Amino acid sequence: MDEEYDVIVLGTGLTECMLSGLLSVEGKKVLHMDRNDYYGGDSASLNLTQLYRKFRPGQEPPAELGRDRDYAVDLIPKFIIASGGLTEILVHTDVTRYLEFKQIAGSFVYRDGKVHKVPSNEMEAIKSPLMGLFEKRRAKKFFEFIQNYKADDPATHKGLNLDGPMSAVYEYFGLEPSTQDFIGHAMALHLDDDYIKEPARDTIDSIILYTASMARYGKSPYIYPLYGLGELPQSFARLSAIYGGTYMLDKKADEIVVDDNGKFVGVRSGDETVKAKQVIGDPSYFGAGASGEGGKIRVVEEGKVVRAICILKHTIPGTDDADSVQLIIPQSQVNRKHDIYVAMISSTHNVCAKGIYVAIVSTVVETDKPELEIKAGLDLLGPIHDKFVSITDLFTPTSNGKDDNIFITKSYDATSHFETVVDDVHDVWQRVTGTKLVLKKRELEVES
Amino acid sequence: MARGVRGPVSLRLRVRLLVLVIAPCPQPVGAASLLPTTISAMSKQLSFKLVLLGESAVGKSSLVLRFVKDQFDDYRESTIGAAFLTQIVTLDDGSTIKFEIWDTAGQERYKSLAPMYYRNANCAVVVYDITQSASLDKARTWIRELQRQADPSIIIALCGNKSDLEARRQVTKEEAQKYAEEEGLLWTETSAKSGEGVTEIFNTIARKLPTSPPPGARGATTSASRAAPGANGAPRGVDLNKQPNAAGGGDACNC
Repeated sequence: MDEEYDVIVLGTGLTECMLSGLLSVEGKKVLHMDRNDYYGGDSASLNLTQLYRKFRPGQEPPAELGRDRDYAVDLIPKFIIASGGLTEILVHTDVTRYLEFKQIAGSFVYRDGKVHKVPSNEMEAIKSPLMGLFEKRRAKKFFEFIQNYKADDPATHKGLNLDGPMSAVYEYFGLEPSTQDFIGHAMALHLDDDYIKEPARDTIDSIILYTASMARYGKSPYIYPLYGLGELPQSFARLSAIYGGTYMLDKKADEIVVDDNGKFVGVRSGDETVKAKQVIGDPSYFGAGASGEGGKIRVVEEGKVVRAICILKHTIPGTDDADSVQLIIPQSQVNRKHDIYVAMISSTHNVCAKGIYVAIVSTVVETDKPELEIKAGLDLLGPIHDKFVSITDLFTPTSNGKDDNIFITKSYDATSHFETVVDDVHDVWQRVTGTKLVLKKRELEVES
Repeated sequence: MARGVRGPVSLRLRVRLLVLVIAPCPQPVGAASLLPTTISAMSKQLSFKLVLLGESAVGKSSLVLRFVKDQFDDYRESTIGAAFLTQIVTLDDGSTIKFEIWDTAGQERYKSLAPMYYRNANCAVVVYDITQSASLDKARTWIRELQRQADPSIIIALCGNKSDLEARRQVTKEEAQKYAEEEGLLWTETSAKSGEGVTEIFNTIARKLPTSPPPGARGATTSASRAAPGANGAPRGVDLNKQPNAAGGGDACNC
């Protein structure tokens, strides 16, 4: 450990592993450490033993749940948007060679006490009870506009000011509030209604991402890696290692060592200090959640997310027996500010034993009784065999790291996908290297 | 669900696979039954994931380099750059199988090998150095780990490398062989430097592999379906490299 590195990366969550992989490919000398003896940090997928160790210390997992190694339970419920930013990075780094993906079978939305399928094609849309006949015609016009829309061709903008609020676009097409709800929450995947006042351009981009992703494989806009999300950080860690990255699990980072000017010098672990030019890490390595620790405040809490991992022995009622679903409860349906999400996967994705279904219900915390806030989601699941609830603080760095060479990533938020994670990767990359992250297609090796 | 087909959507394109792999060396490597060949689209070819395990510096990468390219480099640096190498082996009945050989990329050094590495491995070569008795202890640890974590049908070969350094031998043949027999492992000694025993061990593994892919094993099934589309029934999984296809799937407008 007495070598000097370009970058030390702390924590093996997906954000850190993507950065580590990309930096190694770029030729940087990377040392990657994690205090845990497993990969993934908060974005790990746990087997039963690890799950019980985390939530029920001292308690053995019940034998009826089956073999330990059949389980890979995600801590953070997220799906990959088929045409989104994570897919782009996976393809461009060729990390796809280590992974196998399957579709999420269906996307559902809660309306007036019932679960409805989000139409995945025109036929389903025509039959869907989500809109009345006249509203369907208006919606059709709106989606024709989306289909023809080109960001840099004003002729396709119908004279609308897209830097103006989304509400004006809804008004133009005369869409009912319930349709707006559907478009803004079930398709653009906004967590709350703030977007209505924000520039329409962003929401239109999100809708296009959704429809393009839906069109790509047909059943839902989402894909998911077999054996759980924890495979993602492991794959990027392997990419980093292949390009010379050094990996150390089960290694404590006891101190971030800085010089008199507060600039980063190295990381102390026990009585050895490893030096590097820069450090990147998740908030937990920079004082997040630690109370009464002296020194500089490097991260601040920006909200909380409540998540309940629920073990079911049946599919979710009203979802046509789908083996995997996303179910969105828009905030307006349950008098909240933020939507409630349900993400369910099963043995089809090799994350649990046959006959078991793992659903995670989550939302942004708004009150001092977070568990009550997800009740509307839990109630849709039918009998819950077992439940593991966590309330997680979301941390964000206080500085951009340019002055002290300390670059901190963000906690995983309440969104149902990885787009904000990818945004964070791009942002940290730019701060660390001073250049934009350009995803180059790796040179192809052609068979001789 | 009412519909017949669930999940699987598209084949990973065979073309994609071809550009991913590092092409096998065209020269014959050792035994006559081990002639590497190029992929023939017509022949039924199964692909198997083989992982290398063992302490740092026992010669894991050198063994593969000898097997795949028939080369040896005395001052080989720790592994950098290759995700995996492939080598095709022709069996006695004329059929071929392909090894997709995964190297540790140095992640074993600080006990940081990811579970993903040996997930769905069809076979493992666990290497020790006959001049370092501690490396056999390490090999035993890896074998226990494989027995605990890997697919129960995995074929494990224990391999004592550096047999050319007889004068510095610390691990006797008897000791290693006895252990291998107790655990039901294949065993041999090899020298990546001289080439002794190298092709033979891969050859032995190839002969022990099933002639049809075991159901549910990711490595075998997908690779086989990638190499010989359709030969293996329905494809699994989605292919991220496939470009969106206007003709397939749903309409871009969903309402």
